[in-house]
Amino acid sequence: MKACTMNEKPHIHIELRSNPTYLAGVRQLVASVAQRLGMCEATCSQIALAVDEALCNVICHGYGRKTENPIWISIWPIHRKKPDQTGMRIVIEDEADQVELCQLKSRSLDDPKPGGLGIHIIREVMDTVTYEKRSPRGMRVTMEKFATSAPLKTSAPSSPSPERPTGSKSA
Amino acid sequence: MEDTTLRIDIESHADITVLTPYGDVDMNRTPALREKLSQAQRAKPSKVVVDLAHVEYMDSSGLATLVEAMRNAKRFQVELVLCSLNPRVLAIFEIARLQEFFTIRPTLDEACQSPA
Repeated sequence: MKACTMNEKPHIHIELRSNPTYLAGVRQLVASVAQRLGMCEATCSQIALAVDEALCNVICHGYGRKTENPIWISIWPIHRKKPDQTGMRIVIEDEADQVELCQLKSRSLDDPKPGGLGIHIIREVMDTVTYEKRSPRGMRVTMEKFATSAPLKTSAPSSPSPERPTGSKSA
Repeated sequence: MEDTTLRIDIESHADITVLTPYGDVDMNRTPALREKLSQAQRAKPSKVVVDLAHVEYMDSSGLATLVEAMRNAKRFQVELVLCSLNPRVLAIFEIARLQEFFTIRPTLDEACQSPA
């Protein structure tokens, strides 16, 4: 599959309402796409988790749990030369009130409290995470994960990446 | 119709209450788990066990619910034990560095037998 630059249209672009009902479907979509882009099973799960956490933050903190607001998810396959790796870029955008980037902090994990773990999880799982204000309104988070970078080390066993199909069919 | 229901079986044996949720524990469904956990803890058994054998996925909202339950456990002096975490669910505890905060046992039997 040809890797894309940020200026190209996303290969997958969906709009959903800010309703938690749709989180499960988005997780399945993201994990399935990640698998087809060559990620191992553990990485697919972690990417789905990171996307889920980002969506939860938009729904809870951006939109105050109102369920009728728009969220956009865009996905590109990506490639970097050094080291030679393919991966995926996921961009999540909203029209919620903008926040200063310095307010987007992971909570300290020393004293466990309910809540505040989403940003930490996203940054632990993904290779790169960038938050920015979106013009004319809302916020954007861009996340990237590469296939041959190891899934975040946990006790969970990793299964090998699926073999790429051979022949003339595109992925 | 939105599906916010999370099936949670509740059983009590010898002053131990076992909650068994089924399915994904995400933002959509954690309110149900929070409510059942709160009810179980307020009844003040000696121990509440959350059997996660049938939970395939959990996000930070599920973790937050369990952290809140752990805090309530200390306040009500009702022991809280988690058990049967599958590798994916255990992974999120490790990512959030919460695996040491909870009492986690591999099986339901061990969870019910762990000392107070």
